[in-house]
Amino acid sequence: MSELAASTTETPDLESAKAKALAAGVKPRKYGGWYVAEHRLLSMRTYLQTMVATGVGTPLLYLYAMGVGLATLVDADQGQGLDKVSYLVFVAPALICSAALTTATEEFSYPIMLGFKWNPTFFGMNSAPLEGGQIINGVTYSVLFRLVAQSIVYYLFMLLFGAIPSPLGWLSIFAAVATGTALGTMLMAYASRLEEDKGQFNYIMRFGVIPLTLFSGTFFPLTALPVWLHWIGWISPLWHGTELSRVFAYGYSEPIWLTVTHVVYLVALTAIGWWLARRIAVRRLNK
Amino acid sequence: MVVVSASKSPVVAAESLTKKYKDFAAVDGISFEIAQGESFGFLGPNGAGKSTTMRMVGAVSTRTSGSLSVVGLDPNNYGPEIRSQLGVVPQADNLDTELKVRDNLIVYGRYFGLSRSYLGPKADELLEFAQLKEKAKERIDDLSGGMKRRLTIARALINDPRILLLDEPTTGLDPQARHILWDRLFRLKEQGTTLILTTHYMDEAEQLCDRLVVIDKGKIMAEGSPAALIRKYSTREVLELRFGSEHNAAAAKKVEGLGERIEVLPDRVLIYSDNGEATLQKVTETGLNPITSLVRRSSLEDVFLRLTGRSLIE
Amino acid sequence: MTALDSRQTPKVSRPFLLPSLYAGNARSVMQRGVLATASTNWLIVVSGFFEPVFYLLAMGIGLGSFIGTVELPGGQPVPYAAYIAPALLAVAAMNGAIFDSTWNVFFKMNFGKLYDGMLATSLGPFDVALGEIMLALARGFVYACGFMIVMQVLGLNLSWMAILALPSVLLIAFAFASFGMGITSYMKTFQQMDWINFIMLPMFLLSATFFPITVYPTALQWVIQAMPLWHGVELIRGFTTGAIDAATPWHVLYFAVMIVLGMTLTTRRLKALFLK
Repeated sequence: MSELAASTTETPDLESAKAKALAAGVKPRKYGGWYVAEHRLLSMRTYLQTMVATGVGTPLLYLYAMGVGLATLVDADQGQGLDKVSYLVFVAPALICSAALTTATEEFSYPIMLGFKWNPTFFGMNSAPLEGGQIINGVTYSVLFRLVAQSIVYYLFMLLFGAIPSPLGWLSIFAAVATGTALGTMLMAYASRLEEDKGQFNYIMRFGVIPLTLFSGTFFPLTALPVWLHWIGWISPLWHGTELSRVFAYGYSEPIWLTVTHVVYLVALTAIGWWLARRIAVRRLNK
Repeated sequence: MVVVSASKSPVVAAESLTKKYKDFAAVDGISFEIAQGESFGFLGPNGAGKSTTMRMVGAVSTRTSGSLSVVGLDPNNYGPEIRSQLGVVPQADNLDTELKVRDNLIVYGRYFGLSRSYLGPKADELLEFAQLKEKAKERIDDLSGGMKRRLTIARALINDPRILLLDEPTTGLDPQARHILWDRLFRLKEQGTTLILTTHYMDEAEQLCDRLVVIDKGKIMAEGSPAALIRKYSTREVLELRFGSEHNAAAAKKVEGLGERIEVLPDRVLIYSDNGEATLQKVTETGLNPITSLVRRSSLEDVFLRLTGRSLIE
Repeated sequence: MTALDSRQTPKVSRPFLLPSLYAGNARSVMQRGVLATASTNWLIVVSGFFEPVFYLLAMGIGLGSFIGTVELPGGQPVPYAAYIAPALLAVAAMNGAIFDSTWNVFFKMNFGKLYDGMLATSLGPFDVALGEIMLALARGFVYACGFMIVMQVLGLNLSWMAILALPSVLLIAFAFASFGMGITSYMKTFQQMDWINFIMLPMFLLSATFFPITVYPTALQWVIQAMPLWHGVELIRGFTTGAIDAATPWHVLYFAVMIVLGMTLTTRRLKALFLK
């Protein structure tokens, strides 16, 4: 402990104190977000077992149930599956996106509430050199990391099931991650504002994520819905992600402008949500 | 009122510092300076503006007006730089319950950009200091309130801070845990760390502070060392008399003029005088018969009562 | 002292069954639950009704247009929506019962410390267990009625026997809830709680919910048939489609045994946890 105190006594001079502070601020300013991400990944370690089980179990189960089991019914009735491909090939690109969406919903909701309220570690980070924006960045990096890892595993299972005819199929990973972040960062912005948990996340799951999962052209083409319900697809990140994923995975044919729209929409939502979350976090921490 | 310390280069300097929430001024134009190595306290009741002041000094809350400099820098522009020199012990613990005790220290140290190889031994050293070495691998939820506080202090020291900010460090702890904590803080003070703390316990202020300001409703009421404040605003001794809640006011009228000053509280009458025993003698001579009487030394509580007309802990 | 006691203690008629564990007052535990639900999150409770309806609309009607009909084990073809609707009802019964008896109970045990308070009164662990389970059942029953109305409106009840699906839902929910609560009493952390989902998800996807189990290899068929949800799906599907067969009583028996085992486990665990 004596070494600990030494540094504080030897510099009574304000100028040197100032210089020391300026030097000590360089690293946190530059890498602060990564420190937060590091912390988040360390916390995730507690959940590693369940994460790995989810990461492996989900693709296996869904691809088998939908792509093999349910497919027998669809392929038998339609002769050739949907959209001129087998049902497995049709549904797999949607499943990878849907899984990313579910994970993103989890990671961008309760953990944010946790950090601001239930176990206010974000305030602890902020009283260290980190800034509100860096905290949001760090959370986003860590979720991105998980989404990418999970989607790669999902993609490998898709290959294993023979669900990826196109050589560009690996780009489905990008579509899935972008689907997750497009809705996820928006949710993060909302969660950052939330002062009280009155079950809002439950509503979002039940009236947002679940209907989106079901009505976004995932299990059947959007065109099977009545025209007056097509708007669900147009606003749904999952529809944009799924369509994009299909373009990559089996060369689903759509006009090029539509493909570009998917990318722009997903990236724009991600960016706006991210930006909003940063703003809200900075304001909330500065009381 | 401008409070000027003896030191030539204050490590914290505030001038007309103000923080407003809409129309309400939580901190209302206070000025003070804190010297390197000094142990400085904000004493006041709940809601006086202590915590808000601490957050502004801690560079996490933007001031509404006035000027503030911490280690010679303006928090508005140099938040991260200033915070790199601080150790902060907030009023409510915000240890990460998802991490083990030792990991809490290491993760926190990473926020300052310190390397893992440096942080390992450092964390062990601090756990020793906080008397938590055996708890290194425990979960946060399994620690007692006093242990969590000590761990929070250990965490605040991970970056060898120039200034340690403690907001109500012992609130909610039992007497034994408080004494252990004071002992640790006293060691830091001896080693030359600048301590800035808020408290509404006068015994804490008397134990730990070289100098303090009494703060109420966002304003500074008085400033000085605990002893000087007591000398200035109170007498050496206080005589506490209880006549029963119905009779205190009436009895107070009869003893008027026996001491230097009289305070009538709902449950007791306080007579300020340099010689309590002599005053008690005089009271009995007037024929009054208090249920209980007590002569004690003046404390900061009396200073606060004198300055605001209110008791510190309501 | 004794005289005073006998005067002040109201006469309580202890039930014959489990006298040390059961005060015959599960109703008060249930009432507390209803009150708590009504005052805080009734909207969430209502929202639980929509989940199976969304599934029915999307999969049954949306995807159903690409499937047409499905053959029941007896060979009778039914529209796809009529095929999955009873399965979704069984899934809803399972989900509701499991949520109420696991997560809810987990929070009350480990955070709310609600049971310690309850057991400090005259209530016994069996009252608490039964009360919680009844609450879960009541909620599940309301959902089931709502869902049955939706099915009726969409013309998915193919037989008058469909009305028997309602008591079946109660049976299924009771079985899952009694087991769920017993298992939850072993859980200490959130991580352990997560594993419950790992049993629920395969059951949900594979128990003849969306397609017949004949698509699996025989070994997997056996595994699925050993799981409770498959029995629930078959039981309710039998009633709503009118295709009951010799297997129906066995499904009922399966759940009856599950209830007895589940309640025994739960009561024993509560006793061990709270009446040390």
